[in-house]
Amino acid sequence: MRPLTEAETRAVFEKLSKYIGENIQLLVDRPDGTYCFRLHRDRVYYLSEKLLKLAASVPRESLVAPGTCFGKFTKSQKFRLSVTALDFLAPYAKVGHGPRAGPMPAPWPLTALPLSQYKVWVKPGSEQSFLYGNHVLKSGLGRITENTAQYQGVVVYSMADVPLGFGVAAKSTQECRKVDPLAIVVFHQADVGEYVRNEDTLT
Amino acid sequence: MGRKLDPTKKEKRGPGRKARKQRGAEVELAHFLPPGKCGLDRPAAAPRRPRPSDRRVSSRRAGDRQEEALQSRQEEVSGAVQRAGWLTPAKTKKTQPKGNHVELSSDGEVEEGSWEMEEEEEEDGSSEEMVDDYGASSSEEEEPLPIEKAALKQKPDREGLSEDDSEEEEEEEEEAEEASNQKMGQKEEEGPDLQLNLDIDEQFKLPTSEEIEKEDILFICGIHKPLFPPAEPPDLHVIHQRIQGNLEVLQDFGVKREEGRSRQEYLALLRRDMAAYYSYSDFLLTKLMDIFPLPELVNFLEANEVPRPVTIRTNTLKTRRRDLAQALINRGVNLDPLGKWSKTGLVIYDSTVPIGATPEYLAGHYMLQGASSLLPVMALAPQENERILDMCCAPGGKTSYIAQLMKNTGMILANDSSAERLRSVVGNLHRLGVTNAVVSNCDGRQFPKVLGGFDRVLLDAPCSGTGVISKDPAVKTNKDERDILRCAHLQKELILSAIDSVNAASETGGYIVYCTCSIMVEENEWVVDYALKKRNVRLVATGLDFGKEGFTRFKDRRFHPSLKCTRRFYPHTHNMDGFFIAKFKKFSNAIPQAQKEPALEAAAPSAVPDTIITEPPPKKTKLEGSKAEEKQKLPKPALKKKRSLQAQRRPLKA
Repeated sequence: MRPLTEAETRAVFEKLSKYIGENIQLLVDRPDGTYCFRLHRDRVYYLSEKLLKLAASVPRESLVAPGTCFGKFTKSQKFRLSVTALDFLAPYAKVGHGPRAGPMPAPWPLTALPLSQYKVWVKPGSEQSFLYGNHVLKSGLGRITENTAQYQGVVVYSMADVPLGFGVAAKSTQECRKVDPLAIVVFHQADVGEYVRNEDTLT
Repeated sequence: MGRKLDPTKKEKRGPGRKARKQRGAEVELAHFLPPGKCGLDRPAAAPRRPRPSDRRVSSRRAGDRQEEALQSRQEEVSGAVQRAGWLTPAKTKKTQPKGNHVELSSDGEVEEGSWEMEEEEEEDGSSEEMVDDYGASSSEEEEPLPIEKAALKQKPDREGLSEDDSEEEEEEEEEAEEASNQKMGQKEEEGPDLQLNLDIDEQFKLPTSEEIEKEDILFICGIHKPLFPPAEPPDLHVIHQRIQGNLEVLQDFGVKREEGRSRQEYLALLRRDMAAYYSYSDFLLTKLMDIFPLPELVNFLEANEVPRPVTIRTNTLKTRRRDLAQALINRGVNLDPLGKWSKTGLVIYDSTVPIGATPEYLAGHYMLQGASSLLPVMALAPQENERILDMCCAPGGKTSYIAQLMKNTGMILANDSSAERLRSVVGNLHRLGVTNAVVSNCDGRQFPKVLGGFDRVLLDAPCSGTGVISKDPAVKTNKDERDILRCAHLQKELILSAIDSVNAASETGGYIVYCTCSIMVEENEWVVDYALKKRNVRLVATGLDFGKEGFTRFKDRRFHPSLKCTRRFYPHTHNMDGFFIAKFKKFSNAIPQAQKEPALEAAAPSAVPDTIITEPPPKKTKLEGSKAEEKQKLPKPALKKKRSLQAQRRPLKA
C-alpha cells in the first residue's frame, strides 16, 4: 500500500470531479477526520488516517482491502471508477438514519456531502435494465438535472432516490427533450447490480 | 371422427379401479375366513401402503384372527392353502397372514408389515418359493403353539423362527402382541379398545442379533425369504413405525420392555433405524443421542429436514427497518419483524421477487443473514470508537453488523484465512457502506503477532457444521470422529490467539465472543473450558436472555460451572440454525504459565476472578483475599501459587 503519485492523484481527481465537481476537498477534509487515498495492487482505496495505521500493520500479502475501493487503474494507467465509490459520490436519498439519540458522529453522507451535481432519475420500468448493465434510453428517463452538458458525468438514481450507479450523459438536457424514445441518453459506467454480477472482480 | 362417447357404456366413477380390485381381494379372502372375523373390512389389501391408523385397526383384527388361526383354524388355513395350491399365490398369500405369520414370523398378527410382506411375496412370485413356504409352514405349523407357550412365559423365542423370518419388526410386534394377548389370557374377550392400547406399546419387540445381521445384509424390508436378496430397498415407512415403537418403549422402559433385552439393544436398534430413516452416519447419530434426550432428538432430526426461514438484517447505516419493510412490501414480499430481541431483523415468509436481487438489496439496505448470526454480535456489543477484530469473517454478515452497531466509527479488522471467501466479504462491506473496515487474509492463529491490542474480538470459528444440517445435508454423513477432533483442535488454537489479541486493559472492552454453528460438545463447551484453563479469562453473561444454557458436564467430562453462562440454540426449539455462543472477559494480559512467571501487567479488575480458581470454597476465600491485596503490588507470588495449585489439581486435559 502506498500513497498515490502526482500523476495518479491527478487522474483520480479529474475523474471524481466529473461527478462531483469542485467538492473534492470535502472528501479529504471531513469533520470526523482526514481521509486519504492509497494505492494497493492497482486499486485506489479511500480510508481515514486512523484506519491507515491499522492497515499499515497488516502484511502486504495478507492485506485485501484497506477501506473503500474507489476504482482501479487499468494497465494503461487510466483510472476507472467503480460502483463501490457510489456511496461517497451520491448523497443518500431518503434519510435512512432515523431519529438517533444525541449527537453522533454522523455518518459521512449526512454531513459534508459532495453533492453530485448532475443527476439522472430512471423510471421504475427501466431500473432493472440499467442494473443489468444496459445504457439508459430516453424511454426510461424520468428526470434529469437542468443544464447537464453532454458527456457530463452523472449519478443515476431510481425514482425513489436510491442511487443506482454512474453514467455519462450522452446528450445534454436540451437534446434529451428532443430525441426519440429509443435513443441512449446516459451511458452506463457502473451500477449496483455489479455487486451480484461481478462480485469476484470487485477485489 | 373419434371414438363416440357412449353414455350408456360409461365407466362407473366411484372408488376407482384399484378400489374395485381391493374389494375383490376382500371377497376372495372371505372364502377362507369366517364371516365376521374377517380382518379385511377395509379395502386395504396389498397395494395400499399401510398407515399408522391401520396398524391399530389391523392389529386389533389381527389379534382376533390370530387367535382363531392359532387355535382352531391352522389346519383349515393350511389346508385351504394347500388346496388352493401354489397356483393362486395372491389369494393364498392373503390368507397367509395367519399361516405365514405363524410359520414364518411366528406371529399370527397381520399388520402393515404383513401386507407388505404379502406384496413382496407376490412380487417374488415364484412358485417354488410358495411351495417352500408351504413346506415350511406345514412343518412349522406346530411351532406356533410351543412358541405361543414360550411367548406366554415371555421368552423371546425367535431362534426357531428366525430362519424363516423376515426380520420385520412387525413380526415381532405381532408376536409380542400375541404373547401379551395370551399372557393376559383374554383371547376373544379382549375388546378392540384394549387391543388398541396393547397395540403399539407392548408389541414392540426387538429382533435378535441374527435377525439384525440379516437386516444388515438384506436391508430392512418386508420379505419372508431371508435367503433371497430383497427385491426392494428398505421400507422407510416400516422403519419409521419401528422408530416410533422403539421410542415409546424407551420412554417407559420398566413397563414396556421385553424381558431379557437390555436397554442397549433397544438403543442400538433405534440408532440404526434413525440412521437409515434420516440418512445420518452412525457416528453422528451416536453423538446426537448423547446430547439430546430421545424425544428431543426426534424433533431435532425432523427440524433438520426442513429449511429455516429466510431472514434479513436491515442495514441501519443506510435505512430504517420500517422503511425497508415498506419498500419490500411494495415489491411483493411477505415479511415480519424477527422478534422482540432484534431491532433490525426481518423474517421473510414468501416473496414474488428474489430477495437477493432487489434494488434495495443492491443498494445495500439489507443483508441476507440467518437469525442465529445476529446473536454473537449482539453478545459482543461493540461500542463506538473501538478496535474490533473479526477473526473468521466470511461472508461478512457479522462484520457488517458490527460496523453498523459502531456506526462506522472506530476500526474493524476483518480477517479470514480463505481468499476466495474474502471476495464476498469485500463485496458485502462495500455494498453495505461499511467504511471502517480493513480486510485481511491471514491465518487466525497468527494473530497477536500480526496485530494485537484489540478491544473486542469475535471468533466465529470454523466448525463441523452440525447445527446447520438443514442448509447442508452432506454434514449428516461426511463428518466423523477425526473431523470433529480436528475442528476442535483448530478452534482451541484460534481461541487462544483471540484471547491473546485482546487488550485486557481496554477501558471499554476486553471481551471475546466465541461462537460456532455446531452443537457438538467437543467443539463448544470443551473449547471454552480449555480456554478458561489456559488463559486469564472468565465467562460472563452473553446478554441473550433466551437459548438453552451450555452443559456444565457431559458424559465423563466435567466443565467449569460458569459454562452455564454460555448459550446453545437449536433448530427445533428456536427455529434458527444450531448455534453456540460464549462471551469471555479477559481480566489480565498475563499468560499463565506453569513454569514461567507471569508478566507484570496484571490489570485485573478488583472483582477477583474466582472462576479460574476451581479450588474448594475455603481455599478460595483465603486466596481471594491474598490475591486482592497482591493485585496492588506485584501479583506474582500469589498467582504462581494459584497456578501451581491449579496445575496440580486439574490435570490439563488436551
